[in-house]
Amino acid sequence: MAGPREILSRNPGAAVGTALLAAILFLAVFADLLYPGDPWRMATRPNLPPFSPGYLLGTDMLGRDLAAGIAHGARVTLLIAVAVTGLAVAFGVAVGAVAGYFGGRVDDVAMRFTEFFQTIPSFLLTVVIVAIVAPSLTSIILAIALVSWPQIARLVRAEVLSLASKDFVSAARVGGLSTPRIIWSHVLPNVLSPVIVAASLMTATVILIESGISFLGLGNRAFVSWGYLLGTGRTAFRVNWWLSTIPGVAIFLTVLSLNLVGDGLNDWLNPRSSGRSKRG
Amino acid sequence: MSRFLRSLALSVVLSLSAWSSALAQEAGGTLNLIVQPEPPTLNVGVNRLGPTTYVGNKIYEGLLTYSADLKPVPRLAESWTVSDDGLVYTFNLRRNVKWHDGQAFTAKDVVFSFEKFLPALQARSRLNLAEVKEIAAPDDHTVVFTLKAPFPAFIFVHNTAVLPAHLYEGVTDFRNAEANTKFVGTGPFKFAEWNKGSFIHLVKNPDYWGDGKPYLDDIFFHVIPDANSRAIAFETGQVDVLRAGDVENFDIRRLAELDGVELTEAGWEVLQPVGYIHLNNRHKPLDDVRVRQAIAHAIDRQFIIDTIFAGFGHETNGPLSRLSRFKDTAAETKYEYDPAKANALLDEAGLKPDANGVRFAVKLVPLPYGELWQRQAEYTREALAAVGIKVELVAADVPGWFKRLTSFDYDLGQNFVYTTADPAVGISYAYTTVEGDNAGTTGGNVNGYSNPEVDRLLVEAGHENDAEKRKALYSQAQKIISAEVPLIWTHDIVFPTLYRGKVRNLITTGFGTDENFADVWLAK
Repeated sequence: MAGPREILSRNPGAAVGTALLAAILFLAVFADLLYPGDPWRMATRPNLPPFSPGYLLGTDMLGRDLAAGIAHGARVTLLIAVAVTGLAVAFGVAVGAVAGYFGGRVDDVAMRFTEFFQTIPSFLLTVVIVAIVAPSLTSIILAIALVSWPQIARLVRAEVLSLASKDFVSAARVGGLSTPRIIWSHVLPNVLSPVIVAASLMTATVILIESGISFLGLGNRAFVSWGYLLGTGRTAFRVNWWLSTIPGVAIFLTVLSLNLVGDGLNDWLNPRSSGRSKRG
Repeated sequence: MSRFLRSLALSVVLSLSAWSSALAQEAGGTLNLIVQPEPPTLNVGVNRLGPTTYVGNKIYEGLLTYSADLKPVPRLAESWTVSDDGLVYTFNLRRNVKWHDGQAFTAKDVVFSFEKFLPALQARSRLNLAEVKEIAAPDDHTVVFTLKAPFPAFIFVHNTAVLPAHLYEGVTDFRNAEANTKFVGTGPFKFAEWNKGSFIHLVKNPDYWGDGKPYLDDIFFHVIPDANSRAIAFETGQVDVLRAGDVENFDIRRLAELDGVELTEAGWEVLQPVGYIHLNNRHKPLDDVRVRQAIAHAIDRQFIIDTIFAGFGHETNGPLSRLSRFKDTAAETKYEYDPAKANALLDEAGLKPDANGVRFAVKLVPLPYGELWQRQAEYTREALAAVGIKVELVAADVPGWFKRLTSFDYDLGQNFVYTTADPAVGISYAYTTVEGDNAGTTGGNVNGYSNPEVDRLLVEAGHENDAEKRKALYSQAQKIISAEVPLIWTHDIVFPTLYRGKVRNLITTGFGTDENFADVWLAK
């Protein structure tokens, strides 16, 4: 397996993605230092264009600093993305591992349950859940997690299914190890790399779903998120193009960087699957 | 008889002037409009929301309409008299009017509408009927309303649509009557087609009573759900008129600059819209007048007008619009933007800030009618935070917003209300004590405000036949209400209308685009 540094030099996309993601993370972590105070605060004159002195990205119709909104929005957007991915991966891995390892009826039940969620259009289901339950940070995270875990579960199940009949697993079983221990320390570590790749791509999808919810005005109004900025700026597009364009670019760059990073991770953890990383 | 002669003279002058201007008019053409949002029905007897009246008022007509200076103008009534004691209103109906299904229009239709149909469906019509002792039709072309007591506002309730009695014979459940969806009126345009989600098509009524009218061949009301697409439809000439609310105010400024586009602020003299932030006077600490005054001082209402509503609107400090004949600015308390004064009033009310600078927390229900109201809600949250009032925005759809306000289940709530041509019809019930937990409609006293003196003044002013005394009574009421700020009057609303220059006579009365459009014509 090639080292991360080697991967980055060989796959410039991954390098760009990592750099972008680092910048966005930096923005999210230091939002309070870069733009102290409430991002909703009306700081100055309304409708300033980008590159106005002191207001790099301009202001909206209430005189709120768009750059502050983007920085604080990065925090909310990424927090939701990470929390959803964590939840979805934990649940998806659990369901997939149990289904794949035990097979038979357990597998049937688990997979029918998974398919139930897969057959409902995921964005619509999220919107319906958020609309019914009051939109809070928790309800948004839970609603998106609910539609995101099935793909992880199916991936893990497929991997576990093939691993469960491998010799080293049989050896562990013969050695008298308990089933949870076998799954935890012998099967799952071998599933880890595809899961990490899938999770990085899922994070990107989650950002898009969350932005979609906020764009529709269903998000929580106590927090600024990119989708909210995009949605409210949209109506004023003909007057203040930057209000919707800049949050849109932020979402685009984040999703792109996550995809590039996912691609790079795939190269690193799973060299055989990528054409580019094949060496003669 | 002097009133009779006056009104007769007026109607002669009006018809002469209409005739002379008619010479220049050209017949023919299609007018393209936008109806936003799509109305639930076109029957203005069933539903009186904005989109319904915009379309329905071309199909249905009332006895009267009102000019921009609030004089009654003949419609289905040719002339009318009011007895000197203000008790008997006699309407002489036009004789050559036919319903769209060919039946003759008679006094029977008027009696049916005012006595049965409208009171069954409309709260406001029930209130009006409560003032009436008897409605009589001595012959097919005369209707006489006899009131219990003088009620000068009564002349302003006759823009209400008259419905065809012959379609409702034997019907008891008027709300669900099959005839409601037939859209049979007497107006200049007949219903032709409703392609749900796409357009409503009205065509010229060739049997209309107005000679040579209407001028237009037909009208299309397009349904375009997205504000940006509506603006583009106007820019590309697909539609000829944009009403306030079709596009956001900042876009109105931009579109008004285009070639061949006219902007007018006229046409709201009858409805007189005013923007509100309701304060729930039944909730602590909003029951304290000092707290309500503090909120009035903490909000920069000029900012709301200039920045959020793109300069359309006027400051107001009392319950009546600048367009009202009874507006008395001298009686009002002026609430200038002064956060220091707001802080002092809150301190005086004993609401000290805690460690986080928060004095108390409230929930604000924004008006779910488009982006600008959301921006106003966000502004209000920031403005009140600056004086230590923590505001949480509670998102609600239209039914949710309506329910919260009318059941007193809110702290602060946005609204805008048509205060109308006469305070007895428009605002009396908005400041009169409500018993129980149901304010009826969002135009009612959802503030839960209660002052026996105001109750008395409003009843008395509503039934005072002497114009001068009446004005004095309303001034007294305005003085108390303005000082006690049961709600924040955010702005005296200006709803501009944009139209292509080829559209002529678009706004001819105080009803603006809610008129019947019999006079509208297109220059070639």
